[in-house]
Formats: sequence, structure tokens, C-alpha cells
Amino acid sequence: MFRSRHVFLAAVVGLSLGIAACGSSNLAATGSAKGAIKIWYSNNAEEVKWGDAVVAAWNQSHASEQVTAEQIPAGKSSEEVIGAAITAGTTPCLIFNTAPAAVSQFQKQGGLVNLSKFSDGSSFIEGRTGDRAGQYKSPDGSYYQMPWKGNPVMIFYNKDIFTKAGLDPANPALKTYDEFLSTAQTLVTKGGAKAAIWPAPSSEFYQPWFDFYPLFIAQSKGKQLVEKGVPQFNNADGLAVANFWKQLYAKNLAPKEAAQGDAFASGQSAMAIVGPWAIAVYGGKVKWGVAPVPTKDGMDAAAVHTFSDEKSIGMYSSCKSQGTAWDFLKFAVSKESDGKLLDLTGQMPMRSDLASNYSSYFSAHPEYKLFADQAARSVEVPNVPNSVEMWQDFRSAYSKSVIFGSQSIDEAFKGAADQIKTLVKS
Amino acid sequence: MAAAVPARASRTRLRSLLGAQPIGYLFAAPFVLFLVGIYAYPFFYAIYMSFFDYFFSAPGAEVVRPFVGLANYARVLQDPLFHLAIRNVVIFLVINVPLTVAISMVLATALNAAIPLRTFFRAAYYIPYITASVAAVGIWLWLFSGFGLVDKILGPLAPNPSFLINGLWAMPIIALYVTWKGLGFYILVYLAALQTIPKELYEASKVDGASPVSSFFAVTVPGLRPATLLVVITAVITGANFFTEPYLLTGGGGPDNQSVSPVFLIYRFGIEQNHPGYAAAIGLLLAIGVLIVSGINRFVLERD
Repeated sequence: MFRSRHVFLAAVVGLSLGIAACGSSNLAATGSAKGAIKIWYSNNAEEVKWGDAVVAAWNQSHASEQVTAEQIPAGKSSEEVIGAAITAGTTPCLIFNTAPAAVSQFQKQGGLVNLSKFSDGSSFIEGRTGDRAGQYKSPDGSYYQMPWKGNPVMIFYNKDIFTKAGLDPANPALKTYDEFLSTAQTLVTKGGAKAAIWPAPSSEFYQPWFDFYPLFIAQSKGKQLVEKGVPQFNNADGLAVANFWKQLYAKNLAPKEAAQGDAFASGQSAMAIVGPWAIAVYGGKVKWGVAPVPTKDGMDAAAVHTFSDEKSIGMYSSCKSQGTAWDFLKFAVSKESDGKLLDLTGQMPMRSDLASNYSSYFSAHPEYKLFADQAARSVEVPNVPNSVEMWQDFRSAYSKSVIFGSQSIDEAFKGAADQIKTLVKS
Repeated sequence: MAAAVPARASRTRLRSLLGAQPIGYLFAAPFVLFLVGIYAYPFFYAIYMSFFDYFFSAPGAEVVRPFVGLANYARVLQDPLFHLAIRNVVIFLVINVPLTVAISMVLATALNAAIPLRTFFRAAYYIPYITASVAAVGIWLWLFSGFGLVDKILGPLAPNPSFLINGLWAMPIIALYVTWKGLGFYILVYLAALQTIPKELYEASKVDGASPVSSFFAVTVPGLRPATLLVVITAVITGANFFTEPYLLTGGGGPDNQSVSPVFLIYRFGIEQNHPGYAAAIGLLLAIGVLIVSGINRFVLERD
């Protein structure tokens, strides 16, 4: 009797496991299917306004292909939310906040639709973005993301702190590493700032994009961290950038612990590495100026490259009406929609003809002109397998050697380069 | 009469299958389902994942997840980051568990006595326990960061680099923080246990001339032994799973991974990097470790 009762219990448990294991399966939809679709967009106020306007304009003329828009669910990062949604099969058709660094992972998960399979897929993307589009191709030669908008990062500085420190706010000496270090020292000593610059010193994989990577891109005249499977940072350019940051940390001009709150907005830090979004955010609070990121020996501003901090649009494989999704995607990145995005958010649409298409906007908003010029020379994270793991390995080596100085930079970078070489090939 | 025999036989078979009170299954079913769905299924699935080069994929996607046997376990055991995480757990438990037991036992005894403002103090010690971790961490950041209050008070005596970015201090600060935050719960456990100690024992010790301190060690401490076993095991299990503190207080296991924890690594590898097989192997090794430590605690504390 005891045994048979156990058998019964096992059956109940087994049934429960069976029920729990039964997930819904999403069959791949055809690329031409039409119908209602859902999209997610970013949750910042400016982009919500843009998203609502574009969706309303589309819905007005597409009664049978209505688009429902929602803000991306809250999470530690959009990448984690999207990754979980792919696994659960709950992604919408389009997400207007897909980080290029996560694309290889989403692709491996079977979560992304190959946009190149649409008859005009590759030509549309390349026609709009120009030569820069190539950076967004996956290793298989196809596009799994539509490059959408960039936030080319530059040095934003607080003019009041510069003035207080006796520095010329209209013409700051920030071109070379020596100039930057000297200016930074003066800002802390005489300007009353806690920090000259305060990039997050924490261990997240994406933090290099806002300290090491923009300066490395500038110093190397536009190289990615990895090119053709070969790490590019373990050389004179990479080491020069790392040693520059190491000096900032060693002299306490950049704190080794995270700021509480927004260090730049609160005046704790005199400078920040940010994109054009910062104009809308800091514009009313700080009297700001902007300069290109520094290079070792200085470079003409028109030649400086930087990190794009771009966000793409991804079409997700759970989408049943991929024909409508593709049509809406093209509508959302049309000249008019991109103009609206620029107007409402100040972020730069990934168009090769940015300056000429929206010349009236840049005449009316000259403060964005520098960012627009910089956008043409922006560089993306490499689209390689194990991208997140690669950046994490790099961050660990950087933290150890540059921020906390417990290992030599040469040794740490060599170790990271060896690890990354293996990672991006697998 | 002939028809009644098969009916009775069928009832007997049913009873042998379901027992004398089959309705009991119905009452237990919701919890069993909860247990199976939330704990058992993920646990066994984690064991399964740990033997594969597993990654999460879209439903219906055709993906290859090769069987790798014990390779994930071998890699974890050779990973210097895992060694560091285990070392951190040991540091954490060595500081946190004795402090939790000692402070909560003393405070519970004090709060059990007729002291002024007793209700206020009971509530005050409980508040950190029910405060959201993010808010509590904010207070500790304000206290222990380089520009924080403690550094200012200590002046030249403050460690350099400051507490949260100092490899020597980061883990002790985390252990102190968790001790402070969890104290309210453990005081409550001890307060409940104190009610079970017969008053006659205290009276007898008083008659024998014992001081309050002697009576604490001779009556209270032995009387609280079952509660202490519970406190130690709970503190070990929750402590070994610490995550929020390295995640929020020390900027992601900083400085330079000196406060990284196994659960933090599970998050990094399993969620951020989509290597849940490797993360599952870490989780299972941690579970085995906690089981062994808890077993030892039980053996030591339950001995007469």
C-alpha cells in the first residue's frame, strides 16, 4: 500500500512537471504576413512622445494593421528584459531599444528576425545609414538590427566650475592627455569640484563604453575593440588610453567609487562623457560646454572619432505579422519620422545625410551641430559572438589594472586580449 | 450481494492507493503544486542544465545545446573568480553568524526585561529588517563612501582607499550591514524562545546567588539552544546567498571582485551572459556547501 501511494504521488508530481514543461511554441511567421502588431519603445519622456506621435500617424492610415505601443518593461537593463522575453516568447514585433552589444546573444537565442531576408532589407538599411551600416552586420553577413539613432559621446563640461577654477570656459584645454590632466587637476584644486570627471567605476560589462572605449576609438582613429577576430586594444594606442585613465584615478581626479546621484548635474563633477541627450537633461541645470574626447597628442576636432552609443531596432521572431512590422519599421525611420525624433529628443538618426537633411534644425539648434558632426565619425561595438562576455572580460582587466592598480596594464590587457581572441571565435 | 463484492474490492483498492483520508491530498495539493512548480521543478531543471552547454532560447527555435557531462563543474572548480567568491562567503559567515547570534541574543534578553521604552526599541530594531534593501544600502553608502560620514569622523584614521573600495574592508562592511539589517528578525526569534524558559530556573539561580550575568550564561544561553540552532542555520543559508550587497553597495562585487559572491556570479553568467549551465553548476556547488555547513552546525549545536 505504501509503495502504491508513492507511485500515485510520483504520478501527480510527474504530471505537474509535464504541465510546467509544456511551453507554448512559436512557429516562425512568414515575412509577408500582415495584421496588428505590438512594439516596445524606451521609457524616457522624449522618446515616449516621439513613439506616440509616430504610432498615431501610422494608425490613422492603416486601419487593418494597427500598432500598439508600450514602454519597455522595467528591469535592471533593457537587454535583460528582452532576453527574458525572448525565452518566454513574449517579445513584441519590434523593440526600439535594442543594444548592438546584445544582438549576437539575441540572435543565438533565435529571438531575432533576419532583416536581410526582406527583399529590400539590406538595401534599405545601407541606403539610409551609408558606410556605417556595415558595423551592424552580423558575422553571417546579414542584418538582424536596423541601426536607428546614435548618441555620439563627447566631453560635456560645467562652465561655472571652469570659470571658478580660473580656466577659459569658451576654450578649454582638453585636447591632449597632458592638457586634460592639467585642466582636471586645476578643476579639483581651484574649482571646488569633488571630481574632474566621474565615469562609473563599477564592474558592469557596458561601463567601458563611457570611459575607455570612446578615447580608444579616438586614439586609434576609428578602430573597434575587436576587428576580424583580433583584439585591437593591446597595443600602443590602447595602453596610452589606459595609462591616461590610470593617472586620473591615481591622482583622485576620477573617484574609484560610484557617485551617489548624478555627479555632473549636482556639480560634484566638472566633466562627463555623454551624448546629445544630455543637452535636454542638463540644459536647464548646468551652464555647459562641449568638446571632443582627448587624444594623446591632440587631434583636429574634425578628425576625432568616438563611440556611437547607438540603439537599434530589432524585429523579434515571436512576431506573427512580420510584413506589417517591416513596413512600420521603415515608416518609423523615414525622413519625416527621423526628423521628428531629432526634434523631440536631440538624438541623431543613423542617416548618412543627417546634416544636409535637417539643416534647418541645426541652424535653429546650433548646440546640437557639434554632435551631428561627430555622429558621422562614430564607431560601434563589434558585432561578435559572446559580445557581453567579451566586454565583461575587458572590464575586469581594466578595473584590476587601471582603476584599482592591482595588476600592471600590460599584463592585464595581454590576458584580456588572449581570452577575447578565443571568445569571439567560438 | 454479488455486486457488492466487486464494489467493496474496488473501494479497498482505492483506499490502498489513496490511504484512509484521501481528501488530505486535496488539502495538500495547492502547497504541493507550489512546491513542485516554484522549487522542485527549477531545482531539478538546474541539475539538468548543469550537464549541458545550455542557453536560453526562443520557444520553437532550433538550437544545439550539447551534453558536456561534468565539464561545467570542472570549469567552475578551476575558476579563480569562484574561489574568490567562496573565500568571500567564508569571510562573510565568520563575521556575520557569530555577530548575529551574540547581538540578537543579548538584545532580545534586554528587550525581554522590563526596561523603559521597550516597545520603541523593539520596533526600532525591527525597522531595518522590513526596509527595502535599496533604501538601506543608500544609508550605508552615505555612511561608508569615501565622501561619507564615517570617513569624515575618522579623518586621518580612515582607511585609504576608503571602506567600500578597500579590498580588506569591503567584505567586513557587507557582513556588518547584513548583520544590522537582519537583526530585527533574529531578535524576534529569540524573544519568542525566551518565553519558553521557565521562570523558576531564574528564581533558582537567584536563590543560589547567581549574578544577572551568571544567570544569563547558566540559564538563558542553554535555554535558547534550539532557537540558536535555528538562527545559525537560517543565518548560514541566507548569508551564503548574499547578492544585493555586492550588487549595490560595492559597485558589482568591487573593488576588483574582492566582494563578489557565488549568487552574484550566477547572475552574471546565467542572466547577463546567457550561460545558465555554468551558472547552475555554481548554484549546485553552493547548495552542497551550504548543506554541509548546516549539517555540521546541527551536529555541533544539537549535542548535549
